[in-house]
Amino acid sequence: MASANDPFQFQEFEEAASLLEADRDATTITIDDEDTKAEKQRIAAGFIPDGDDEDRLASDDKTELLSGQKKSAPFWTFEYYQQFFDIETHHVRERIIGSMVPWPRKNFIHVYLRRNPDLYGPFWICTTLVFAIAISGNISTFLGKLGKPNYKYTPEFGKVTIAATAIFSYAWLVPLALWGFLLWRNNKAMNLVTYSFMEIICVYGYSLAIYIPAVVLWILPYEWLRWCSIMVALCLSGSVLVMTFWPAVRDDHPKMIIATMSAIVVLNTLLAVGCKVYFFSKPETLIPVEHAPAAEVIKTTHAAATHST
Amino acid sequence: LSDEASRPFAGLSDVSISEDIPVEGDISVPMGSSRRDDEFSTLDEPVKETILRDLRAVGNKFIHVLYPKRSSALLRDWDLWGPLLLCVTLALLLQGGSADSDDQGGPQFAEVFVIIWFGSIIITLNSKLLGGTISFFQSLCVLGYCIMPLTVAMAVCRIVLVGGSGPVSFGVRLVVVTASFGWSTFASTAFLADSQPANRKALVVYPVFLFYFVIGWMVLTFSPAQ
Repeated sequence: MASANDPFQFQEFEEAASLLEADRDATTITIDDEDTKAEKQRIAAGFIPDGDDEDRLASDDKTELLSGQKKSAPFWTFEYYQQFFDIETHHVRERIIGSMVPWPRKNFIHVYLRRNPDLYGPFWICTTLVFAIAISGNISTFLGKLGKPNYKYTPEFGKVTIAATAIFSYAWLVPLALWGFLLWRNNKAMNLVTYSFMEIICVYGYSLAIYIPAVVLWILPYEWLRWCSIMVALCLSGSVLVMTFWPAVRDDHPKMIIATMSAIVVLNTLLAVGCKVYFFSKPETLIPVEHAPAAEVIKTTHAAATHST
Repeated sequence: LSDEASRPFAGLSDVSISEDIPVEGDISVPMGSSRRDDEFSTLDEPVKETILRDLRAVGNKFIHVLYPKRSSALLRDWDLWGPLLLCVTLALLLQGGSADSDDQGGPQFAEVFVIIWFGSIIITLNSKLLGGTISFFQSLCVLGYCIMPLTVAMAVCRIVLVGGSGPVSFGVRLVVVTASFGWSTFASTAFLADSQPANRKALVVYPVFLFYFVIGWMVLTFSPAQ
């Protein structure tokens, strides 16, 4: 215990148990470290990672422990944002491919992000998509109206702003809503898998990557091709999103699961179809236009014929 | 503690300097700093000299963009006059198209300005966030100067459009714009990519590619008023 002769000597306070030996009635407080508390919680809840993910998660935990804590600078400094750009070229490539190819047991966040969400991918994919939509829409309008004599080509730059607003709000507001929703459900039902806000943004950003080639395909003025490519892109990106968020909601009420999943898919669909309808005009065929004067002529001659008889 | 310790300089108390030993020496103050100031003091030179010096610096950088080899002139002595000049020229050249002014015609002057400067700032931020060693204004300087091939292409396009706007003219314009877009990207990459570690070069080059692609698109789709 405390040494009486030197008041400045460092004192070690022993564990609560040994202190209690001296005085049974005293109250003691043990303050656990943050990590040990989380560890105890996990063991108590019986968290068992399933199937394929097990070895990946184990190595994931190990690398995290080995690499130490991520230093967190305050959010108004430059260094805070630099931690979200801590990726290399091949990481970005793998993540883009992973967002297009849904693998049954691979969860995008666990396999590709590995606790290193980045902002580079979502931001530049959204920007590329905005310009791809604007340029492709412009080209398709031009091609669609090529034959008409009274068509004057205008590069529609106002549409860039609209496209940017739509896509960036989808990429930032929907993850925000989803994150808030998952947080709220987490309080109700003890979900063991939680995703951070940055990870959700990352998933949504990369899931838009499949739409870039789809949008370029929409330049060709064939309706069936456009709808086919929408279906394919929707299936791929939708399934990646569904599989990513499945572990986060599977312990919840079945109605909540259905509601969440369908909301994710429906919003994705709305974005795709909305972009197609707004930016890409239906390819009008020239035949009705040519028939119209002919139809007029037929009608007037018919009217004249019936009138005369 | 002994007496010696409490009086460390006790042995020197009886040292004295006799007054008949002269103390002399030389004190020299280095005059170099004031001479350097005189060299760089440009307050007294004629205005023509000042303007010509800046113009010569800008012109020098234009030549460096024309022949993009790894030189530090653009990086070391950055200035933003050249980018401003090019941006204003390009925005002015993009005016006067598509007489339906209320319709979505060509880009407005402010739109071109915003795209060029905002785009440059975002690319610079991206490069710095990825751990680049280039400074903020150096990067703005490089990106701005490398718009020069596209400005030249815009001038060429306007001349070609005077002749007519049929498919032939479109083909010529397409070739010119593609060549200058490639030139711009190559020139700016030569300066910017060196400041990044090898495993992130593509991550820095892609936004530059997108930036010049959008500007090239604006140049190519310029349609004159009829």
